[in-house]
Amino acid sequence: MLQYLFKRLWHTVYVIIGVSVISFFFIHLSGDPVMLMLPGDASHQEIEDLREQLGFNDPIYEQYLRFAGQALRGEFGHSLYYKVPAMELILERLPASLELAVAAMLIALVVAVPIGIISAVRRGSLLDMGSMLGALFGLSMPHFWLGIMLIMIFSVKLGWLPTSGRGTLAHLIMPSVALGLSLMAMFARLTRSVMLEVLSLDYIRTARSKGLKERIVISKHAFKNALIPLVTVAGMQFGFLLGGTVIIETVFAWPGVGRLVVQAIFNRDYPLVQAIVLVLAVIFVAVNFIVDMLYMYLDPQISYFEDK
Amino acid sequence: MNQQTVVKTSIFEVITPRLRFMAETLREVARRPSALVGGIMITAIVLISVGFPLFYAVDPLEQDLLARFTPPVWQQGGSWVYPLGADNLGRDVLSRLLYGSRVSLLVGFAAVLVAELAGIFLGLFSGYYGGKLDSLIMRVADIFMAYPFMLLTISVIAVLGNSIFNLILVLGLSDWVTYARTIRGSVLSLKEKEFVEASRAIGTPHRVVIFRHILPNVISPLLVLGTLRVANIIIWESGLSFLGMGVPPPMPTWGRMLAEGRLYITDAWWLVTLPGLAIMLTIFSINLLGDGLRDALDPRLRNI
Repeated sequence: MLQYLFKRLWHTVYVIIGVSVISFFFIHLSGDPVMLMLPGDASHQEIEDLREQLGFNDPIYEQYLRFAGQALRGEFGHSLYYKVPAMELILERLPASLELAVAAMLIALVVAVPIGIISAVRRGSLLDMGSMLGALFGLSMPHFWLGIMLIMIFSVKLGWLPTSGRGTLAHLIMPSVALGLSLMAMFARLTRSVMLEVLSLDYIRTARSKGLKERIVISKHAFKNALIPLVTVAGMQFGFLLGGTVIIETVFAWPGVGRLVVQAIFNRDYPLVQAIVLVLAVIFVAVNFIVDMLYMYLDPQISYFEDK
Repeated sequence: MNQQTVVKTSIFEVITPRLRFMAETLREVARRPSALVGGIMITAIVLISVGFPLFYAVDPLEQDLLARFTPPVWQQGGSWVYPLGADNLGRDVLSRLLYGSRVSLLVGFAAVLVAELAGIFLGLFSGYYGGKLDSLIMRVADIFMAYPFMLLTISVIAVLGNSIFNLILVLGLSDWVTYARTIRGSVLSLKEKEFVEASRAIGTPHRVVIFRHILPNVISPLLVLGTLRVANIIIWESGLSFLGMGVPPPMPTWGRMLAEGRLYITDAWWLVTLPGLAIMLTIFSINLLGDGLRDALDPRLRNI
């Protein structure tokens, strides 16, 4: 068990190092921010001085090592554009993005899981076919377009909900529904197919033949085992969700990390982009780590001792 | 002379069973209503996208400021000159939608091709040779999985510039992981099969084993996965376009039409609704086809 834990921890470490290396080199390829930082009539000497001062003239691996060393101490440098510590900006915006992602995930799960279960139990019924067709439509709808449609209907035509911004629960409804719909579709399909698989297993027949109520068989016996793939996919998708809020935050002027990073990329704000990429990767890895730990609880069958 | 006839028969013998197998597979696929409907729909979309200038040759860039915000023909004030209305500069929406379909389909299919090629090579070698190469490739795959995808594409496009070629390359290369993992998994189990061992035992070189014996057996999951991924790539492409990082103007794209139309959401519903419907219809038919293919060819992939 301990060995497995260490293996997983090592995995998280190399993934984070890898992400930091890739982002560092990509961002440095994207050109020189010095020109953007100085007034247009800056002299050649001034440009050179600033480059020297910011360390852009050193070899790139030295720059990376310096960056990594500082990152380990929790310093991610100052945003070149906003002139405040990058971490400060991120921590200010992160709650908004997390709020959106969590809300989208919750809406998706709450709607999708019951639909998936009912569809599996009533396989081939009109309800099943209808909801699966609906799910396919949901998967086919770009979330930012759905967001625009919601704005058009509920804000422009009906005037029920605010078009943009963050604050009240009413602000949260449209962006989270728009972001969550394709997840909802995915989870409904996944739940259905996993439930179908589980329901055909022998132990379910045993449970039924013992005379247990169908409701108990489905909720206690079948669904508990269908949870494992569901948790895995939900964990993975949560990581993607945070990176995927970029567009929806633009549509709804949601003050989150997604909008921050798009601006930062356009501004060539190296330290800020780097810090955001790292923070998102850390969250992704952490969520997956937690999911793996959850397995131990959900499925005692998985052995963590096999490869000694 | 004699040798030639020998070659001819052997080619014939090789091809016939394969053709028969393909025909059987095709029949199996066509038996699924979803695959059939989806297949017909996407074929129609592709045909229209390629051949529309024959029937509807309207310049998507020509502006007519007097015709600004002309609504679609079925609404009051609409006219057959602009069947689906005109945009804020008086450009024909139908024509722009038709041209936009070319961008989406081209980027979607080409990027998946790039991703598949990268994934096939890495997955085959990783699974077949194992060892250090395998763990290196799989670690890089882990890193790619954790890298926020949208940020990767946006930052690379910001570096390279947003030509259609760069877009295909970036979307394709950031999507190789899924393919590589799927193929690696299949290869690991195929490697243990008797026919592979037998082939190795008679001295077939590794290269030949990989491409002649293993590759043909991983084609069907690749086909299924590829079809479903085309849909995703098209959504991503339109998203990038929406952010202003897609194929550069003046080429009309569905994503940019949405971004521009959004500014006129109160007056001109068709500008934001129709491009989205076009995306959805395309994705829907691809997903239908993909679902049908998966059921017919590879039921194991059901959870993807």
